[in-house]
Amino acid sequence: MANYSSNQFKNGMKVMIDGDPCSMVDVEFVKPGKGQAFTRVRLRNLLTGRIWERTFKSNESVESADVMDTEMEYLYNDGEMWHFMDPKTFEQVAADKNAVGEAAKWLKEQDKVVVTLWNNNPISVTPPNFVELEVVETDPGLKGDTAQGGSKPATLSTGAVVRVPLFIERGDLLRIDTRIGEYVSRAN
Amino acid sequence: MQDAPWRPNAPLPNLRARARIVAQIRRFFAERNVLEVETPVLSHCAVSDPFIDSLEVEFGFHPGRVDERLYLQSSPEYAMKRLLAAGSGDIYQLAKVFRNGEAGRRHNPEFTLLEWYRLGFDDRQLMAEVEALLRTVMPGVTVRYLSYAQLFESELGLDPHRASLEQLRAACREWVDAPFADDDRATWLNLLMSHRLEPQLRGAVFVHSYPASMAALARRREDEQGRPVAARFELFVDGVELANGYHELSDAAEQARRLDADQRQRAALGLPQRPLERRLVSALRAGLPDCAGVALGVDRLVMLALGGEGLDQVISFLHPRA
Repeated sequence: MANYSSNQFKNGMKVMIDGDPCSMVDVEFVKPGKGQAFTRVRLRNLLTGRIWERTFKSNESVESADVMDTEMEYLYNDGEMWHFMDPKTFEQVAADKNAVGEAAKWLKEQDKVVVTLWNNNPISVTPPNFVELEVVETDPGLKGDTAQGGSKPATLSTGAVVRVPLFIERGDLLRIDTRIGEYVSRAN
Repeated sequence: MQDAPWRPNAPLPNLRARARIVAQIRRFFAERNVLEVETPVLSHCAVSDPFIDSLEVEFGFHPGRVDERLYLQSSPEYAMKRLLAAGSGDIYQLAKVFRNGEAGRRHNPEFTLLEWYRLGFDDRQLMAEVEALLRTVMPGVTVRYLSYAQLFESELGLDPHRASLEQLRAACREWVDAPFADDDRATWLNLLMSHRLEPQLRGAVFVHSYPASMAALARRREDEQGRPVAARFELFVDGVELANGYHELSDAAEQARRLDADQRQRAALGLPQRPLERRLVSALRAGLPDCAGVALGVDRLVMLALGGEGLDQVISFLHPRA
């Protein structure tokens, strides 16, 4: 595995820190007029999601992490694992609950997602920014009362619950912004 | 196409404000009869400071030949002191300076340094003049004066002069995830300063009486408690290091010792050995008048005066677009 010296650090670089793969979120050069230079890095632990800052000396080096973001198609969930396929190589991988995390709420079969692989094992799943999901349950629309902005909960086909306008009915297809988990519009 | 790479990264109104500030600076010194000078950007000698890397330039007396290795100046200090020793009197310079490897939000490999020297001044008198210049450019700025020890004692309960290496390291690791090894007390003091203390310095704060080990080219003296300190100050504005000044060392033998000590430290760190500016020692031997001098980052001054966060707002073409 290659090593990166701290003066090569840049945003997005994937490195091994204390045995875990991490991504550099922000890299800042710090140097007093008199005195040695440091590189202050905001890191995200790709296994735990923890974000923190670490400071390196100018001649320190760290090992690169074999981390790849791969676009894959979501196939199915077998009750324990989520299965994905690389549409180019037809290779399949199975991700556990830890790796899929919050993304599970937005996964619809055949949707394209980004699977992050570390040493070829899935460690995280990023859904598309926008997904289209069907409403499976919501209270019947109430007429009139729009004074409070008018919203109600709706359960989607994946089990996710989002706030939707009062006119939304069971069977509607909704466009959802997965980054904030909010209703955008009706898709049909 | 605001982001087209041919365009300046700084907005034009900021560059106009910058020109006004530079004009204010020149007027400030003209009113005080301080002479504007220029010294070479290319020198046969490099800075001795182990933590500043000079850029090398190949010079030939004919195209295609390399006859000499020259160095882009990281500060006009050596040459200006040679002028002082030659009898120039009070001088200032708006100098383009160059530092290899320094690029970031608040660093650019080339930048503009305002450096000036005042005969008969000590560090306290010079701090007062820096304050006057700062108020010209940033009217209404609040100004405080703190010794290095007061700052560390009030914020961290730590005596920076007497704390052991182990105490400094432990104090630092309370605040900063910095697991590397380092036996230099200055490393941990600098880390505490840049990561913990500096960001809290609101308004303008002069920090003076640095530890004697961090004297650079300042004289050493004792503080009220008999601790050896450097007659050195730094100015921070809104958490940004802006200026560094000294009651200048004028002892030639001590100057020679400090150059040699730097060179030894460079060797120990595996850094290149470059020609030392021995002519500075000769100039001091001939007689440097009693004086204080300071270097102030003009780009950062403009950035702070305009309330900006990065040098990209005040330098027309930053390193990536240069």
